[in-house]
Amino acid sequence: MSKSNFTRRGVLKTGAIAGAGLTLPTYLRADGHTGFTNAPGDSEVVLGFNVPQTGPYADEGADELRAYELAVEHLNGGGDGGMLNTFSSKVLDGTGILGREVKYVTGDTQTKSDAARASARSMIEKDGAIMITGGSSSGVAVAVQALCQEAGVIFMAGLTHSNDTTGKDRKANGFRHFFNSYMTGAALAPVLAAQYGTDRKAYHLTADYNWGYTTEEAIKASTEAMGWETVNSVKTPLTQTDFSSYIAPVLNSGADVLVLNHYGGNMINSLTSAVQFGLREAQANGQNFEIVVPLYSRLMARGAGENVKGIFGSTNWHWSLQDEGSQAFVRSFGTKYGFPPSQAAHTTYVQTMLYADAVTRAGSFAPCAVAEALEDFEFDGMGNGKTLYRGDDHQCFKDVLVVKGKENPESEFDLLEVVEVTPVDQVMYDPAHPQMGGADASLGECNNGA
Amino acid sequence: MDQIIVQILNGLDKGSAYALIALGLTLIFGTLGVVNFAHGALFMMGAFCAVITSKILSSSHKVVDDTRTDFLGNPLEVDVFYVQDWFGEAAGAAIMDWAVPLAILISIPVMILIGFIMERGLIKHFYKRPHADQILVTFGLAIVMGEVIKYYFGANPIQTPAPDALSGRVDFGVWFGYGPNAIVYPMWRLVYFFFSATIIAAVFAFLQFTTFGMVVRAGMADRETVGLLGIDIDKRFTFMFGLAAAVAGIAGVMYAPIVSPAYTMGMDWLVLSFVVVVVGGMGSLPGAVLAGFVLGIIESFASMPSIVNLLPGINQIVIYVVAIAILLLRPRGLMGRKGVMED
Amino acid sequence: MLGLNKKDSTLMLVVIGLVVFAPFLLNPFPEGSAMAQFNAGYPDLMQRFVIFGILAIGFNILFGLTGYLSFGHAAFLGVGSYAAIWSLKLFTLNVIPAIIFAIVIGGLFAWVIGKISLRRSGIYFSILTLAFAQMSFAMAYSVLTPITGGETGLQIKNTDNPLLGGPTDGSIGRANLFGAEMGNSFELGFGNWVFTFNLGYYIAALAMLVAFYLSIRIFRSPFGIMLRAVKSNQNRMNYTGLTPKVYTLYAFVISGMYAGLAGGLMVAMDTQVGPERMFWTASGEIVIMTILGGAGTLIGPVLGAGSIKYMENILSKINKDVLHQWFAFLPDGLEDAMVVFADIFVGKQWHFTLGIVFMLVVIFLPGGLVEGAQRLSARFGRKKTTDTAADSSAGTPAE
Repeated sequence: MSKSNFTRRGVLKTGAIAGAGLTLPTYLRADGHTGFTNAPGDSEVVLGFNVPQTGPYADEGADELRAYELAVEHLNGGGDGGMLNTFSSKVLDGTGILGREVKYVTGDTQTKSDAARASARSMIEKDGAIMITGGSSSGVAVAVQALCQEAGVIFMAGLTHSNDTTGKDRKANGFRHFFNSYMTGAALAPVLAAQYGTDRKAYHLTADYNWGYTTEEAIKASTEAMGWETVNSVKTPLTQTDFSSYIAPVLNSGADVLVLNHYGGNMINSLTSAVQFGLREAQANGQNFEIVVPLYSRLMARGAGENVKGIFGSTNWHWSLQDEGSQAFVRSFGTKYGFPPSQAAHTTYVQTMLYADAVTRAGSFAPCAVAEALEDFEFDGMGNGKTLYRGDDHQCFKDVLVVKGKENPESEFDLLEVVEVTPVDQVMYDPAHPQMGGADASLGECNNGA
Repeated sequence: MDQIIVQILNGLDKGSAYALIALGLTLIFGTLGVVNFAHGALFMMGAFCAVITSKILSSSHKVVDDTRTDFLGNPLEVDVFYVQDWFGEAAGAAIMDWAVPLAILISIPVMILIGFIMERGLIKHFYKRPHADQILVTFGLAIVMGEVIKYYFGANPIQTPAPDALSGRVDFGVWFGYGPNAIVYPMWRLVYFFFSATIIAAVFAFLQFTTFGMVVRAGMADRETVGLLGIDIDKRFTFMFGLAAAVAGIAGVMYAPIVSPAYTMGMDWLVLSFVVVVVGGMGSLPGAVLAGFVLGIIESFASMPSIVNLLPGINQIVIYVVAIAILLLRPRGLMGRKGVMED
Repeated sequence: MLGLNKKDSTLMLVVIGLVVFAPFLLNPFPEGSAMAQFNAGYPDLMQRFVIFGILAIGFNILFGLTGYLSFGHAAFLGVGSYAAIWSLKLFTLNVIPAIIFAIVIGGLFAWVIGKISLRRSGIYFSILTLAFAQMSFAMAYSVLTPITGGETGLQIKNTDNPLLGGPTDGSIGRANLFGAEMGNSFELGFGNWVFTFNLGYYIAALAMLVAFYLSIRIFRSPFGIMLRAVKSNQNRMNYTGLTPKVYTLYAFVISGMYAGLAGGLMVAMDTQVGPERMFWTASGEIVIMTILGGAGTLIGPVLGAGSIKYMENILSKINKDVLHQWFAFLPDGLEDAMVVFADIFVGKQWHFTLGIVFMLVVIFLPGGLVEGAQRLSARFGRKKTTDTAADSSAGTPAE
């Protein structure tokens, strides 16, 4: 009999005879009391990959899962090693993490915070996962991050772009590699000013939920700092599919730029409507009318097809990057699956590697030790150049890519071209920035759990 | 004023989508008394008829182009389309360009067939069962249809553009005495509206002016008596199910260039289509069409910037507010028949 | 026993037994075995079983007895949850007040919506409730963000400072019952088996047993008979001088309170609320749970809730890796073939299985899962049908 708090069942009393036949020794551990939740045994460690497998972001989730499987393969010494060869930290040697073979469990977030938490709790309570990672929306990231904080495991966020994940909702046990709305604004605005001039009037269409709000705020702030004027901003329901009634008023509003703070299906459909209404060929205020999509992903670009050509946006990473790390990752991913990875796949792969590396450097799986190893950790060779995992808010700071839809794609994957790599200094901000929850936002204490 | 005209156009456009789906749903509701939760899925299947047609037309074989390389540095394999092999470059491109209109021809038999199979294989056994059972079985079917599509096409929306010739814009303003470019409207959306209006008119004419339609209408009113007269009403109802499926399917095909098809669209449309049908009034075909246009136009107006800025969030809920208001003011919706689905 | 007849007492005892010993019953497979994937005896899922059980029991009081199909029941679950989390954030971390607030707010909200929606019947009623719930969802997701937290929902934060106590060391407060945290568990190792006894689960289970008991009493009471009369013939009720609307409203409010209770418990067990808890799919899920299990029967809705939650949480976690483990004993080619085939039904395709199960159940078991259980017990010659015999009159609800 053992007492525990929010932990998995995992105590297998010693000497138990593994039954015949069906028994596969999956999660054996000798000692359940090393002072933190789900301390792994001597031979294996379990990671929880919690990604959307149903619903509108299922394709993105599937790509994340591919990257996770690749990361596990590389960590366990399989494949060509991918970014292990280019990563500036050299402590990972392909023998798992701290000599333990990496195992994983998967779950379906359904892009709903309830389902995501249920799935994460099952990984923690049932499968003994020591780290949870994944997700494809900020609502899910914030919810699961809070859960991991409570349960005392590490959360390595997947694709989440809202400021709040490492802003007002930041948590000591949660870490984000992906960039955020603020960085998008800071990187995009100068490029837009250079391309379209500083005398511009912008019209925002914003998805009516958290991510939309922070993105609109960030883009407004940084473009207005460049001299742009914001004419109007209209919130659109998440469930909207036909955006005609939102697009139609734009042309006669006095604006000459349309900013679509939309993601996924929303973006595909609103951009399609905008193109159908002829905004791209239109003239306003004596200038060509322009459309901007702050957050791009290749999957979205594919969904929007021809319509993305020449449209500016930002992205966390793109497979066409020529640095060593990106190339190594694209090579192993492409060889295994036959197509290049998406930015979601990249960020989840890197997060897994960073976690494994932090555990190895800390010499412990204890979440607080891992968090300490990740905090203010500087690394290179994982794409995006030199990167800092800032200790104040657990946000990665790295170069941000400004991209535009490619005019003459060579293949079905070749949809975006990198216009500019915005250096990290330009997207740096104060941890207590008002867009990031101000002075009130705090990480709290790190939690080791049981 | 010009904005109001544009929003009316948008409303008619949205409304025609609502009306087409609601029309099919009411045919099944009104004629067969079946609560069909798979109707949204039929619409989705229609949209994917367009996707599949365009995939078939652009099926290709790989030719290695040694002068270029792919993302891994291997020689690039270029897709060469069969239709271009067979019909020459220009004709082949034109055929692929017209995939969506061609898909209508394909979707009609396909959707009628799906409707027949659904009715004969499944729904037939549920006429006498409680509505709750119908909900469960059709909801299950809708999930299965969605998952089959997801299995083959993924979850990402798939761009299905209209033919180039129809994807331009019409300058509406000049017709109303405005200057050029005051009111421009996408041509495909106009095509969609007129096409929908034609389909709706055709369905009404069919029910109104053919003997077949007369029998069906009689069956809607009193199934037993029609049966007693020695008319095999079941066969006609099967046909009506096929017709309803085809209407939903065509609506889906034509809608594909407006909203890129994704497997979730069946569920997206499910709730809305029921709201439209019920607001229109149970068992009333004109009611369903009227409600579709009314809700479409109101939704368009509610999303005008001046109104959204005045009442934040109104665009989120306007359909439901209007639905509640109508149902409270008119007990059986706009044109509902007494006693249909009221208990 | 406690005013129950013999048959109901037996049923109640069986349910008590199932609920109390759930940690054993749901963990039949030894840890580490290939079948352990199917174990459901971990706190989160056990809690969900009983909480959704409560929700479905409450829904069944309305739908099973009166035949009024509410398509917006998730709204009450949602407002109950928001009430509970605000109680935890502002008032006290003790779950009892949170749950009471949840029930009260759920009931009040149901009263308001019921009062309006019950002016119509049949599908018109269903659409009115649906419209209210969708409005609640849309507002909570967007314009009401200051109150509901919007998309990212509400969680307890380390900056929260509840009126009565709360952690002072800057850590995040946890929901508790007079100091005992919901996450507390005892683990019992027994050979290769590990059984988890979780405090939160037993609190939720107690609530569910009370809810179940009350539902039996309602089914058997004169009030319950009135509700059945609402379904069978409202006109006759009117002629006898009774007002069916009043009884239906009571039933609606009671089932709203059940949903509020479920919402409060959900927050108590897992301190977070997101608006999608009120989306129409959540309302639909409640309807489906009830029909799947057997509407109008006492135990059916609980079975329906359990099987849907089981599929959602267990099937979705079976990935190709797991399948390869299962079929590892087969020769290579056959193994791969089996994995590809089985993969159609699990992991990211778990919805497919869900849809097929819905269809199969309703096609072959018109009375829902309860009918399946009855047929099974009939086949094995046990005449002692525990539940539904007494409810056969209620077995076929109209919409």
